[in-house]
Amino acid sequence: MALQGLSFSIQRGESVAIIGPNGAGKSTLLLHLNGILRGEGPIRIFGLPLEERTLREIRRKVGVVFQDPDDQLFLTSVAQDVAFGPSNMGLSKPEIEERVREALAAVGMSGFQDRSTHLLSFGEKKRVATATVLAMWPDILVLDEPTSNLDPKARRQLINILANLPVTKIIVTHDLPVAYEMCNRAIILSKGRIAADGPIEEVLTDQDLLEANDLELPYGFAIPPAGIPGWSGTSRTRSLSRDAEDELTEHVAGLNHLVGDPRL
Amino acid sequence: MISEYLTEKEHPAGPLQRLDPRAKIIGLISFTVVVVSTPARAIWVFAVYAAVVTFLIGLSRLRVGYVLRRALVVVPFVIVVAIFLPFFGRSGSGGYSLGISHMSAGGLLVLWNVGAKAILGVLSMILLASTTPFPDMLAGFRRLRVPQVFVLVVSFMYRYSFVFAEELRRMQRAVAARNFRGRWLWNVPILGRVLGSLFLRSYSRGERIYVAMISRGYEGTIGLSSPAVFGWSEALFLGLLIAVAVAVRVVASV
Repeated sequence: MALQGLSFSIQRGESVAIIGPNGAGKSTLLLHLNGILRGEGPIRIFGLPLEERTLREIRRKVGVVFQDPDDQLFLTSVAQDVAFGPSNMGLSKPEIEERVREALAAVGMSGFQDRSTHLLSFGEKKRVATATVLAMWPDILVLDEPTSNLDPKARRQLINILANLPVTKIIVTHDLPVAYEMCNRAIILSKGRIAADGPIEEVLTDQDLLEANDLELPYGFAIPPAGIPGWSGTSRTRSLSRDAEDELTEHVAGLNHLVGDPRL
Repeated sequence: MISEYLTEKEHPAGPLQRLDPRAKIIGLISFTVVVVSTPARAIWVFAVYAAVVTFLIGLSRLRVGYVLRRALVVVPFVIVVAIFLPFFGRSGSGGYSLGISHMSAGGLLVLWNVGAKAILGVLSMILLASTTPFPDMLAGFRRLRVPQVFVLVVSFMYRYSFVFAEELRRMQRAVAARNFRGRWLWNVPILGRVLGSLFLRSYSRGERIYVAMISRGYEGTIGLSSPAVFGWSEALFLGLLIAVAVAVRVVASV
């Protein structure tokens, strides 16, 4: 899918949903964000021109969690896989171990270090896949269809974990309730162009806009009217991501305290 | 099927399980080499080897049924040798006559040689594989300076054999659900297409894995760390195992 004239800026601490039907160019956009695809024109990310020289830095800053965790987790044990990113960054052994421990704690998978990747459940794989990227302390976390193929319980766990991660997030999805719950802004991508960009309540309540872009809220799903606190996940998510203006690294270092509850 | 051979549920705790994988790799491979080099006539020596392996299996608390089931892999090889047995050393003295075929003593010795060595070798490898989780074994090979490329290829094979086995199973079910039964010769093209599409899926999965790897900064090398240390117990295990095997082997050929 060809992308044309795409440009958007994301503030620190923001959570942005990129939504759109299949074939709208979502995955193509995602692969440009860390320079896997380079396209024809110039691309700038974090103000850096995307070129061979900056690739390493950009891939450190933009952490991409791919849709199928079996693609992401390619080593035999959980700890090895989470350590892969940090060790590519040339960190020392104790630093790597510390990051592995922290990243696994952040996704509620502490104690799974020595488990074999292939013996994990699908939901556990998704969480470990997220940890493999968190361990690189990305400035921005890009998630491709984070909730696809998850059963309701694993989906809920993952949403809670992701919503509470105090990191700037781009979530590529067509699961609109998830987009609503985790993001404060939505960009609709359609035929390789931006069709809409605005606060998520506005985008998701604009019936005509959704229809024009082949999107639809699930039957029975309604956006709570503004001003009334929504259901549990929503308000908490909002306040957290809006407060997350501090230095990112400090937050990641403190992740355990935020999401240390293993029952999440 | 694959998962039955590769699962790690068969790892009860035991002294062998705690050893550094390097000690077990070197020890058991050397043991196998010594066994294979032993002259077949020295039957009592094989009894000693068998006692050593049995002792180690007992020490690791492996279940007998499990070990025997996995040891069955030698059966086809031994059968192949057995089939050709009547053609070995017809002129030799001794042996047995079974109607039209004649088993010479030399032929039987060949069968014994192949059978005993195969069983002992396989038991040693079962011992190695069942007391060492696969990732540890790979780390052990890496520390023994096996080139990273080889270790990685094996590592990928191990990791993705489960994924591909599952994909194949799903495809088989989808085909069976539409009443396909791979029974007759003219069904073969369908099976070929199933395999072809499995190959294509594996290929595109390989590409996706690579994209995910470079997204995390992959630049050609992977540091697989393992916390294992080569200490006194490793030295003891390695020393005893090799000493016993070599001593018995030397006595046998005197």
